[in-house]
Order: sequence, then C-alpha cells, then structure tokens
Amino acid sequence: MEMNLREIWTVVHGMVFGFIFLLGFSGALYAVYSMKTEWLTAEGISKTVNNIKIYLWGLAISVWAAVFTGTYIVYPWYRANPPQGATDLSTFPKFLLLANENTAQWHEFGMEWKEHVAFLAPIAATVVAFVASYYGPMLAKKIGERRAVMVFFIFAFATAAVAGLFGAFITKAAPVR
Amino acid sequence: MATKTVAEKPNGPVAAALLAGGIGSAVLGLVTLIYELNDKSAFAKSLAWYKPAGALTGKSGLGIIAFFVAWAVLHFIFKDKETEFNRIATISFVLLVIGLLGTFPPVWHLFAGG
Repeated sequence: MEMNLREIWTVVHGMVFGFIFLLGFSGALYAVYSMKTEWLTAEGISKTVNNIKIYLWGLAISVWAAVFTGTYIVYPWYRANPPQGATDLSTFPKFLLLANENTAQWHEFGMEWKEHVAFLAPIAATVVAFVASYYGPMLAKKIGERRAVMVFFIFAFATAAVAGLFGAFITKAAPVR
Repeated sequence: MATKTVAEKPNGPVAAALLAGGIGSAVLGLVTLIYELNDKSAFAKSLAWYKPAGALTGKSGLGIIAFFVAWAVLHFIFKDKETEFNRIATISFVLLVIGLLGTFPPVWHLFAGG
C-alpha cells in the first residue's frame, strides 16, 4: 500500500482530476441534452441549470488541474534524462520505453499524442461551462446553441479520454517511480 | 395574473466563446505541427518555457494564451450583438478539428514526408 511522492502525484493527476472529468461527463452531457422546454417545467429547468452550472465549472476546473499537474509535475519525471551510462532505466520511463522497439511506440505515438491532445479538453470544457452560465434557463430554448455546446463537450471528453487511456497504458508499461 | 418573462440575451458572447475555443485549439495544433516539423529551429527552442517539461509548456501555453486573448477580444466585439450563430459554430468546429489534427503524430509524419 506504500506510494512514493511521484506515484501519489501521478494518481492525483490521472485518477483524481482526470477521472473526475471523465466520470462526470456523461451526467453533465445528459443534463444539457435534457434541457428542453417540452421535457421540463420552468422550475425544473431553473433548478437543473443552477446545478449544472456548478457541475460544469467543477468539471472544467478538474480537467485544467489534470493538464497542469500532468505537465508541470509528472511529465518532468517521465521525460528526465538518465545519467550517462545508466543501465537501469526503471526510473526514466521515456527512455525505458524507447530502449525496446516493442514499447517505443507507447512513447512515439501514445505519449506524443496524449501530452498535446489533453490540452484541448479544458479549453472546450471551459467554453461549455461559460455558455451554460451565460444563458442559464434560456439555454432550454436555444436549440442551436445547446447542440454546439454538446459538440464542444463531446470533443472535450474524447480528447480527455485519449489522454486518459494512453496515460493508463503508458503507466502500466513504464510507471513514473 | 402577472407573467414572468426572461429577457433575451444576445448570442454574441456565446459565439465569442465558441470561436475563441476553436482558435485556441487551432493555435495549439498548428504550433505543435510547426514544432514537430523542425524541433531544432529558434522558434522550437523558444518554446521551452519551463525547462524540466520542455517545449510542451510553450506549445500549450501559446494555445491557452490564444484562447483567452481571442475570447477577450471577441467578447468585446460581439458582446451586444446577435451573430450568425450557425456559421460561427461551424467555423469553431473546423478549428477544433484543425487543433486535433495538429496534435496527431501521423499528421506530423505526413507533413514531414516521413
């Protein structure tokens, strides 16, 4: 059950901030989708919107936290250069993956895509949270705007899911220790 | 009986946010692609804003700055306006896709001819 500091930060980055966003996505998407005047009463829309605003901003903050902890705390440990002549690469994940042609693609494709695509998620999620806050209950009447918000939100989820999935696989192949 | 009416809000601020999201995404994708095509250039070297994390900090930083600056500028321009929302939303989606493609390693190899 022991975890060192690097492992704790890796968990905070992926299993706390990243997973909060990924797990919270479907509920928030359904809440936005179901904001229809023909489905909800005026009071229902008002209550849904008030809850959803907090929920969406929470998800946006969580995914921002995931990318910043990932980039500025965990990633430097992942990409650190091993000392000259080092043979044990277990604490240098990037170089451990690159040292074997069977695992090199986890870095060259997986990590390279993950580290960049992840930043698209908080940008799109922030836009979604803003639109819900700006319109409030009026969002129920704005069919085009609600659809656009859902496209942005699905985009945010898809990019975060790519990052999360590769993060999990890469951590299994070469954990940050 | 008094009826409660909700004041209509212009869609300009929403259009501004969507377009800014697209711009931020596209800038991130294009900066990433430019970096990957020549990671030895002066521009590529200037992207290591935080040395331990390398150029990722500059690439993501430029995308984030583009997003917030574009949002502030577009919000100022559109704040009281009713915009052609469908057209702006479509442009925003295209920009999101440009951002996505720019971060995709096979696209780098395609442009690098490798």
